[in-house]
Order: sequence, then C-alpha cells, then structure tokens
Amino acid sequence: MAEILVLVDHADGVVRKPALELLTLARRLGTPVAVVLGAGDAAAGIAAKAGEYGAERVITADAAQFADFLVVPKVDALQQIAGSVNPAAVLVTSSGEGKEIAARLALRLGSGVITDAVDLASSEGGPVATQSVFAASFTVQSRVSHGTPVITVKPNATSPEAAPAAGAVESVAVEFSAAASGTKVTSRTPRVSSGRPELTEAAIVVSGGRGVGAADGFSVVEALADSLGAAVGASRAAVDAGWYPHSNQVGQTGKQVSPQLYIANGISGAIQHRAGMQTSKTIVVVNKDPEAPIFELADFGVVGDLFAVLPQLTDEINTRKG
Amino acid sequence: MSLRIVVCVKYVPDATGDRRFGEDFTTDRDGVDGLLSELDEYGVEQALRIAEASGDAEVTVVTVGPDDAKDALRKALSMGADKAVHVNDDDLHGTDALGTSLVLAKAVEQAGFDLVVCGMASTDGTMGVVPALLAERLGVPQVTLLSEVAVEGGVVTGRRDGDAATEYLQAQLPAVVSVTDQSGEARYPSFKGIMAAKKKPVQSLDLDDLGIEAEQVGLAGAWTAVDSAAARPARTQGTIVKDEGEGGKQLAAFLAAQKFI
Repeated sequence: MAEILVLVDHADGVVRKPALELLTLARRLGTPVAVVLGAGDAAAGIAAKAGEYGAERVITADAAQFADFLVVPKVDALQQIAGSVNPAAVLVTSSGEGKEIAARLALRLGSGVITDAVDLASSEGGPVATQSVFAASFTVQSRVSHGTPVITVKPNATSPEAAPAAGAVESVAVEFSAAASGTKVTSRTPRVSSGRPELTEAAIVVSGGRGVGAADGFSVVEALADSLGAAVGASRAAVDAGWYPHSNQVGQTGKQVSPQLYIANGISGAIQHRAGMQTSKTIVVVNKDPEAPIFELADFGVVGDLFAVLPQLTDEINTRKG
Repeated sequence: MSLRIVVCVKYVPDATGDRRFGEDFTTDRDGVDGLLSELDEYGVEQALRIAEASGDAEVTVVTVGPDDAKDALRKALSMGADKAVHVNDDDLHGTDALGTSLVLAKAVEQAGFDLVVCGMASTDGTMGVVPALLAERLGVPQVTLLSEVAVEGGVVTGRRDGDAATEYLQAQLPAVVSVTDQSGEARYPSFKGIMAAKKKPVQSLDLDDLGIEAEQVGLAGAWTAVDSAAARPARTQGTIVKDEGEGGKQLAAFLAAQKFI
C-alpha cells in the first residue's frame, strides 16, 4: 500500500493534537509514515505516540538546525526523506510554518500544493481535499494534478482515532542545504500557557468582542470558558482595542476555528470575524443588539447584556456540574 | 547605493462583497469590486517605513493581475511608493500560487532588489505561501510572518509570533519578508499623495518580457485542479430569545439539550 508522509508537529516534547488528526486522515489514503524532526530526547516518546495512531514507520532526524534556523531545515529534511520513501502524498498541519514548509517542499518536488484542507478523501486520481473558502461561504473540492500531492490540513478536520501500528523507528542524518542557515532564530520565547485548550484545537470556544467593553470585561468570558473547559477567543475589534492578546484573535487574519460549540459574546459578526468561525458545528450568540448580523448564524441566541447573561449561565453550568 | 525595496501586492475581490467562482472555478473578478488586498497595505506600509528610516531607498510595487489590478498599484503609489510594475497577460488566467511565485520572482529579479516585502496572505486565496515560495525561487532568506520588522546595516530583523512561541529572526539582505496585520496600521493616502501618484511611472510587462512560457502558468500550467465549488448552505437561524432575567438559564437549558453540559 502507498505510503503517506506525515510531518508530526510537536511542542515541549509532546505531540500536538493536529498531528494525531493527520495520522488518522493519512490512514484513509495509505500507510502513514511519521516524520519527527528536532525532538531531541523526546523523539522516542513522540514516535511511540505516532505508532499508536497508525504510523507503520517513524523517521526521526535531530539536529540543532531545526531550532536555530527558520523553515528551510525542515524543508531539507522532508525533501530528503520524500526522496527515499517516494510517498503517495505528504501531509502537514496548516499553521503559518506548516504552510511555508509545504509550499517550499512542493516546489522542490515539482508538485502541486493544497493548503487549509478541512477534509481528505481517497480517490483513483489521488487525495481529494475539501476546502472552505471565501470566508467559509463556499466549499471546494480540489486535488493535486502534478507530482506528489503536498497538502496542509487544518486542526479539527477530524477526531484523532488510535489504531496501533508497528511504529518502527529509523533515524536519519539530514544533509542541509546552504539556504538552511539563511534565517537565524536569535531567540525564542515559548508562549505562556493560559492553562486553557489551544484555540484552534478546542472543542468549545468562548469569544468576546467590542461589547465586552474593556480588558477586565473579559473576566466574565474567561469564567464561562473555564466552566466549559473551553478556549477563549476575541474579535479583531477587541484585540485592536488592546483588551485581549492577538494570539487569541478569531477571524480572517487571526485563527480560523471550527469547534463543536462556538459562543460569541458582544460580537457583531463582521465578515472578518465570520471568516474565522462560521464552520463551527453549533453557534450560540449573546448580544444586546437584536440587529447584530451574527444572530443570522445562531443556533441559539440571547438578546441581552452579556454581563447579566454570562454570569448566570456560568453559575448554572457550575451548579449542574455539581 | 540606495536600498531597493520591492513590495508584492495583489488586487483582490472586495471581501465584503459577494465573492464567487467563474465557470472554470477560478475567482470571478468581474462580478464584484476589486481593490488592493487589505493585508498587502501592511506590506506597503512597512516598506515605506523602512525606506523612510534608511533615508536612501526606492520602493517599487509589483502586481500580477488583469487590467483593473493597476488600481491596486495606484493605491500603493498614492501611499508613497515610487514606481510600479504591472505584469498582465491573458495567459495568466487561472495561475496557481506556484505559478504566481514564478512570475513574481522573474519580475522582482528584473526590477532589482535588496528587500522584497509581502503581506502575510491574500484576502481571497488566503494560502499565505507566496512569500516562502518567492524566497525559495530567489534563493534568499525568508523572514516571514513578522509583527515587527527593521533593516539596518544590510541585516533584516523581525519578530514572528507563532502558535507555540515568539521568535526573533535575523537574516542578511537580500531577503524576502512578509508582515502581518499586527505590524502597524497602514497610512491613508493624502490628497497630495493621490495627485503625485498619477505622475509616477507604471511599467507594463507581459510573459514574453519576463521570459516565461505560456504553458508554465495559467490554468493549464497549474499543478492543482478544482473539481467542484459549491456555495455553502446558509445556516438556518435557530431560537432567539430576549433576556428577561432568565437568559442565562435558557441558554444553559439549550446547551444541556445539546449535551454540551
């Protein structure tokens, strides 16, 4: 059966959830072969996890270059590994870095590249990707028509499902190109964890917008999020006002999320924001303006003051949890 | 010698308009108003700030697109860019990101550059891969997705806010950078700027001028194919209640019925 290369994204020595989703999707297309780059001592644990989720083989490479320089060392590694494995497709997580790696790899392999797939299916003509485009107002099916398909897949495209496989580990030494040392990473500050789920990976997202009114207004949004074990999001208006960090921005220029439940509070629903959340499965809206366009998307909406509605909802949830 | 900055911009359908596809599944550029991609305004802005800081720089803005794309160039010129290059050729219709990066790379090389500045992504295709592809094709460092950027003494530095970490980057010129919408508010063209832009040179190039064969670009040269594009069914509005003091409890009941709590 054809082998599918999966670049396994990891942070702090732990496999990130979207990588498990990629391995799950890869099994629809062929036999997953995981690639783990620059994991240091954590490589064995990450490889074992990849095996649990269906990787028949796990190819690891370690070198200082992966952390010291931007993007290109990983492209060099994938190009070399693709040359020896000859995969039927290469899957990468759709992050800023993931898309850059995928594009440069595709160009080197003489292959087409598809980004931001929200689903993947197998067909005789190769993998078919589903994409959600124009602020999620259209659904597109596309495929790579030349070379080895290189596809980036958005987080939450599927639920990770374990399917234990051999997970046989092979270590390779990468020969880096001259370009690999072009862009030096002079320092790196890991994001301080809020203790809440990662925005793009969360099953539930609770967001606040202009209606939150001030930075300290977000405390009611956070309290609701914590009662649900949810991530916190913010509209561009709230981020531009300096009330919440840009890393939490949901929208066209922030994160695009597709959770099971999205709760929009004090958000009017400009196209900027809708582009980032309207593929959510269930959408709940709290807004004091009954004319806010976001109500058009709502499965359930409350016209009211979020500072009254949210605390009552949070109390109710905490009571029910008992 | 002065610093040669080239900004790559895209003319896109207005994101607030009714965007759709043509019969060949390419973006319909006729049925909706077009404009300079909002995210490219940040690229123009940072290029102008770098030029101003250097005191001796020339900013050239480049686009690949149909006749109307010159509107995007005019906007960039009215913001303060010095001159423009418009690559326009019927054979470009349907070109994918890889093809676009080829055309841009040839145009940028022909213009001559020390620094290429791009926005983080277009607002229509939203792939965000062209800056990386340009760096690959030009054989220069990519310093991308920057929320802060500076150039000094032939070195570009910047801050990249990634999913897991914030990184500070550094590379020698020549280089390709891309900047995010966090890099700094783009200026509005002044009346003086708008008037001055009318006199600034716009060079028109076709594929021949760049030494690119028609079959390397366009729909036929694309390495990806769209099989179908369908409008997403509109979401049907559910229950909307007015908070009369029980709104939070009503919402809790809905969430419980949906098994979220």
